[in-house]
Formats: sequence, structure tokens, C-alpha cells
Amino acid sequence: MAIDINGTEYPCPDDVRVSLLDLLRERIGLTGTKLGCNQGGCGACTVIVDGARVLSCLTLAVQADGRQVQTIEGLAAADGGLHPLQEAFIEHDGFQCGYCTPGQICSAIAMVAEFRRGDPSYVTADLASGPGGVTRQEIRERMSGNLCRCGAHNGIVEAIEEMIAGGVA
Amino acid sequence: MRPFEYRRAADPAEALSIAGVEPARYLGGGTNLVDLMRQNIEAPAALVDVSRMPGTIEDTSNGGLMISAAVRNSELAAHPTVRTRFPMLSRAILAGASAQIRNMATVGGNILQRTRCPYFYDATGARCNKREPGTGCDAIEGFNRYHAILGASQHCIATHPSDMCVALAALGATVHLAGSAGVRSVPLLDFHRLPGDHPEIETVLRPGELITAIELTASPAAANSAYRKVRDRSSYAFALVSVATGVEVAGGKIEDVRIALGGVAAKPWRATKAEEFLRGQAPSKERFLAAADAELTVAKTFEGNAFKVELARRTIAAVLGELTGADA
Repeated sequence: MAIDINGTEYPCPDDVRVSLLDLLRERIGLTGTKLGCNQGGCGACTVIVDGARVLSCLTLAVQADGRQVQTIEGLAAADGGLHPLQEAFIEHDGFQCGYCTPGQICSAIAMVAEFRRGDPSYVTADLASGPGGVTRQEIRERMSGNLCRCGAHNGIVEAIEEMIAGGVA
Repeated sequence: MRPFEYRRAADPAEALSIAGVEPARYLGGGTNLVDLMRQNIEAPAALVDVSRMPGTIEDTSNGGLMISAAVRNSELAAHPTVRTRFPMLSRAILAGASAQIRNMATVGGNILQRTRCPYFYDATGARCNKREPGTGCDAIEGFNRYHAILGASQHCIATHPSDMCVALAALGATVHLAGSAGVRSVPLLDFHRLPGDHPEIETVLRPGELITAIELTASPAAANSAYRKVRDRSSYAFALVSVATGVEVAGGKIEDVRIALGGVAAKPWRATKAEEFLRGQAPSKERFLAAADAELTVAKTFEGNAFKVELARRTIAAVLGELTGADA
């Protein structure tokens, strides 16, 4: 029973009530992932599990047994340099207080993979052919699970647009 | 959260053998159940994790689909056959929750999710016959903007929160079950119960019974279908009213039509009266509105949700207009 978190194996907690979020923050000390509403309403706790973005607050740690978890701490380059989306968030003022930012960034990186795979969204006009070009409307719909109470959503969308245009992630 | 045992089942037989021995709840993605356990609204002695069972989507011999209960919502919505033969289902799933939650949530869990009535959730401060039978319903005299206008009772006016189930209701899906007495199947339309005198009993599931799969049957109306959800913000919100509709028009007449409503009842509401009113008729805006009226005439509203009748009426007509090309 072990969970791969950013390339390091950690045992599952003995107490099965522990959420993946609490495992990350309270037991391993990876405090980049944030506790927001703790009930699946805000997206601040978003992490990437086996390539898919999920809410760590509603995931029991034991459900991640045998999975690969990627958190904001695992996104930087080997030399410690920022991920291109982190750079883009700074460039476009994609945050003010920064509390939702790790969740926004993990969410956006996995979102781009969904987009490139051709997955439709609720606003995709033609379900059969999938999303066409990247539009602000598509990004906003696909990022609706990540709330920013500072209201930095416009900067967030611009940062994501830049990342997609740059062909990274 | 109260302590519980956690077990993982590799297949339905193993799940049933565990759940048959001790009172347990099946765990899919956990997006609803883990939250309810944290609120002490649900306190199962054991969780049997069925989310790692094989999640397959297979073609059936008649052009339909057999969908395992463990399939994730996002995977089902993105499946090529769902997008082309059952577009209302794809669109309905994509209208629900957020991408993160759809990545977690299973098909079986979506069907079994519980109401988001705020009084149901307020375990320390509100009366709720669903949570605690016999205590009363604070929604009837309270904040009931999101509550039912069809099929409610004096004991409960909560709505079923699923978008996916509204499409499944319109498609006439079949729910496959496995239990200690063997396997059986139930039409989705008969799976959820109206509240009546027992709002705490929400489905026809027997103790220990497990949802194993959902089956869809192909039809021209299913292929020409849409889902529209009206809500307080444009994304990531529960429905005020939603409409799943599929239509087949032949020779200028409506040959087949399926209409189901979300956000209006304790179960996904199949609008059979509206369908009867439309079958064999020429599509027109007036006819669509009259069909909606035929369905909604029995609506019973409360202070906060009276608007839903007109909203449902117009949304039904708009989606039918979109699908048939008749001006709506």
C-alpha cells in the first residue's frame, strides 16, 4: 500500500479516514496544495492523479493507493526553474492572494491534456468532432471548477492561452 | 468522520461477498459519499471500494451500449459512440459538476448521489424527513428555490441532483443490478422513488445490491438529441431546470420523442404527457408549448420555486425547436 507522490513513494495512512489532501499537507508536509472548502466546491485542492485532475479533499488517501500523484511541488523543472504555466501566471497577473493558484495550475495542465485528446466540454458546439480551436469560452467552461475569490480569472485565462499557444504542457 | 472499515473489491462477486457479511456502502469516486460522511450524514461501518472494478463501454448487438458502473463520468461523456448516438447523455454529463469531479465520479455513484437540499445537509440545525424520518421538512416553509414542483409530498420536496440521470431517463436506460439473490435489471425510470411517506427510501435497491452496468438502446431520437441546463451561474452549479430531449421527425410529423426534466422532482422526470401530446403531430412552437403545459399542469409550487413552471415550459419548447428546426 503506497502512493507515488511527485516520484517518491509514501505509505498509505493507517487511518482510512485521512483524505489525500490531509496526507499531502499534514503528514508529508507538501503544503502547496491548498485546503479551501473541503467539500468539492472550490478546486483549491486540485492535484493530478494518473494524469487526471481530481479533488484531493474528496479523495480518501487510500483511494490513491498504487497511483501516481502530481502536486504543484512536482511541476518545477529538475533545476528548480518554474513550469511555463507558473511563469505565465506571473506574466498575466493570474492571481492576487495566490491561495487558489496551485489548484488552478494543476487543473489547467491536466485540462490542456483533455483538450488535446479531443474531449468535448459543455460549450463544444459539435460533440462528434470535438472542440475546434482554443477559445476563451472553452477555457472558462473547462476551468469552472476552480474558483478565484480575488477575481483573477481573466489573467488566469490569458496565462492558459499563452501556455497552449507556446505548445508546452 | 466516524471510523469505518475500508475494503476493495475486484469484481461484483467479491463486492457482494463483503457487503453480505457486514452493513456496508459501496464507494465509487466518493465525491458525494465522502462529503456526506464528513458531515456525519452518512456513517457506514464499512466502505467497499468498487471503483477499481473493470470499467468498460461495450457495443451491444442492436447498436446500443453496455456501460460498466465503474466507468468515470468524464470517460463516458468523451466516448465517441455516446457523442454520436446519444449526444444528450454526453452533454448532460458535461453539464454536471466540474471536470475534476467528473474525472472522479463513477456512473453507478452518479445514479446514487443524494439530494443537495441545504436542509438535508444541515444535520445540526434543520429538520429533514429524508435524513431523520418523522422530524419534518424545513424546506417547505424555507428556502426552496431549488426544490421540486412535480411528484413531491408533504414530507419532502427535495430534488435529485443528477444531470446524467435526466438523459438516462429520456433514453429509457436499463440499470443492471447484482445481489445476493442473483442479478436483475430495472428500468432507470423505476429505479428512483418519489418521496411519498418515506423520503428516506430513495431507490428500489435491496440491501447489499450493487449497480453493475447501465444499458442504452439506440434509436433515431437518441441520435438527434440535446440537453439544456438552466442554472444560477453558467457553469458548475446545480440545475434550476434541465431538459433532455430526443426527437425523430418523419414526413413532417413527430415519429418519436423523449423528454425528461431535471431539477423539478425527487427523480429524473420523464415527461410522458408532453410526449403523448407531440407524437404524430407536426413540430411547431405552439405545439411544443402546449405539450409542456400538458405535463406541467399538475405542478405544485412553493414560494421560492414558482418560476420553475414557466422556466421548464420555455426550456422544453426551446430545445424541441432547436432539434426540429421549428422556430422556437
